[in-house]
Amino acid sequence: MGKRAAAIVGMTEWKPARRWDEPLFDLDAFARLGAELVEDSGLDKADIDGFCITGAREAPVLAPSAVAEHLGMRSRFNERVDLGGATPAGMVWRAAAAIEAGVCQAVLVLCPATPRPSQQVRERPHTSGRPIYMGGDAWGSPQAQFEVPAGLVGATPSYAMIARLYMDTYGLDEETLAKIAVEQRCNAQANPDAIFHGRSITLEDVMTSPMIADPLKLLEIVMPCFGGAAVLVTSAELAKRARHRPVLISGFGEEMTHRSITSMPDLLDSPVRGAAARAFEMAGTTPAAIDTAQIYDCYTITVLRSLEDAGFCRLGEGGAFVREHDFRYDGDFPVNTNGGQLAFGQAGIAGGMTHVIEAARQIQGRAGPRQQRRCDLAFVNGNGGMMSEQVSLILEGA
Amino acid sequence: MVRLATDGRSIPDPTPVTAPFFAAGAEGRFLLQTCPRDGAFFYPRARCPHCWQDDWSWTEASGRGTIYSFTIDRIGHDPQQKQLAPFVIALVTLDEGPRAVAQIVDCPIEAVRLGMPVKAVFDLFQPADHGEPVAMLRFRPS
Repeated sequence: MGKRAAAIVGMTEWKPARRWDEPLFDLDAFARLGAELVEDSGLDKADIDGFCITGAREAPVLAPSAVAEHLGMRSRFNERVDLGGATPAGMVWRAAAAIEAGVCQAVLVLCPATPRPSQQVRERPHTSGRPIYMGGDAWGSPQAQFEVPAGLVGATPSYAMIARLYMDTYGLDEETLAKIAVEQRCNAQANPDAIFHGRSITLEDVMTSPMIADPLKLLEIVMPCFGGAAVLVTSAELAKRARHRPVLISGFGEEMTHRSITSMPDLLDSPVRGAAARAFEMAGTTPAAIDTAQIYDCYTITVLRSLEDAGFCRLGEGGAFVREHDFRYDGDFPVNTNGGQLAFGQAGIAGGMTHVIEAARQIQGRAGPRQQRRCDLAFVNGNGGMMSEQVSLILEGA
Repeated sequence: MVRLATDGRSIPDPTPVTAPFFAAGAEGRFLLQTCPRDGAFFYPRARCPHCWQDDWSWTEASGRGTIYSFTIDRIGHDPQQKQLAPFVIALVTLDEGPRAVAQIVDCPIEAVRLGMPVKAVFDLFQPADHGEPVAMLRFRPS
């Protein structure tokens, strides 16, 4: 089906941690991730001729050439991607497209997320450097003038407003959203690397956790941590030499309309709809054929809305869909089988990679105790910012 | 860098493009940019987001709108507004069409509802950097 020009052939994902003591520069992290990908894929460093990064703290500008130099590469595809949580999924399709176009044959997709090695890093003079502002406090940015003063800071209040509008419009109750958090936490109990492994929760735990931004409660919100993740994308030809089952990238789509929730044209119609429709069309498949759905989950409401807009159910039917299906790895509709970000952990930019990697793991049969009985076709959604950057992927076992 | 008022809260830091909006706000008037082809747009910017032309004009809006959605920020996600939590952040659909975001004032937080009619108010805050007082947009029930 669809495009089968490129495949994920290697992966690595560091165990997330609340505390990260080892000083690690981004450039050195790239080399470590690269070495792990060579090991996992069974391919050679000499096969690799491209990479995707978000940037490098040691090279605020001209980052790609710094990477080529630091990693000793003669690299033909040197991409910097800026899509928030959708960045890893966006990198995967860019790599696949470049490979199909004949630009390169094997691309490192690199997402380290470790603390700054030095506390003496010079702040950019026009922003406070506080991550919660996401650069929106830069002078002249619309956020600094019209959103920060209103208190619209971070992502939680924005998603809370989507949830509020959805609940009022379609009569969704808070318990249904809480069920998503409980089932993902269940999945994490079969994943020793998950940050919440060994700590299962009940519906009541979620319902009685502190209200952060109505109607979203603490246990419906990701917990930030450190970590890192990467995949290796190669041509389908090169993938035949790989150690594990190649995971073909058979469809992809990307769409965005806004950065701020204030400018989202319709809070209940996200760009997931366009991104997913194109991914399914390209792959020549439908939601009904999907074996596993790995959905970006910064909040419970994100999962419900993404499933609707991706076409797994209709707008307004998400609540019934959540109630009628079991999202656990051994359930009838497995979702975020490693625990997702809500239970595995959200390690910065690597958080969006966990969905790509878990889909590939399930397809390769490497998911251990949480391995699905059958998994040949996966839907992955990457979501950035305020339901803004959307990237959908269809992954298929060779 | 976030601009702060003397009481520590984040306040707007006008630019040459947005200054007329804040100056009018200080007089209690809500100015909207209106494009001759595409109508009103907000937030202020140098060119119409629909046709990319710059022949828009400032027009005085009603300041009235309805709440499209809202949340109660219980913890103060803005480090500079923690001391003000809990407060209501609302998306308001202006009667002229565009959407704005602002806090809801003069209303118990538990009484805010979707679809509630609201009216813009501009409150002046003294910047800690000793500049001119800045008008901040908020809405109250109308």
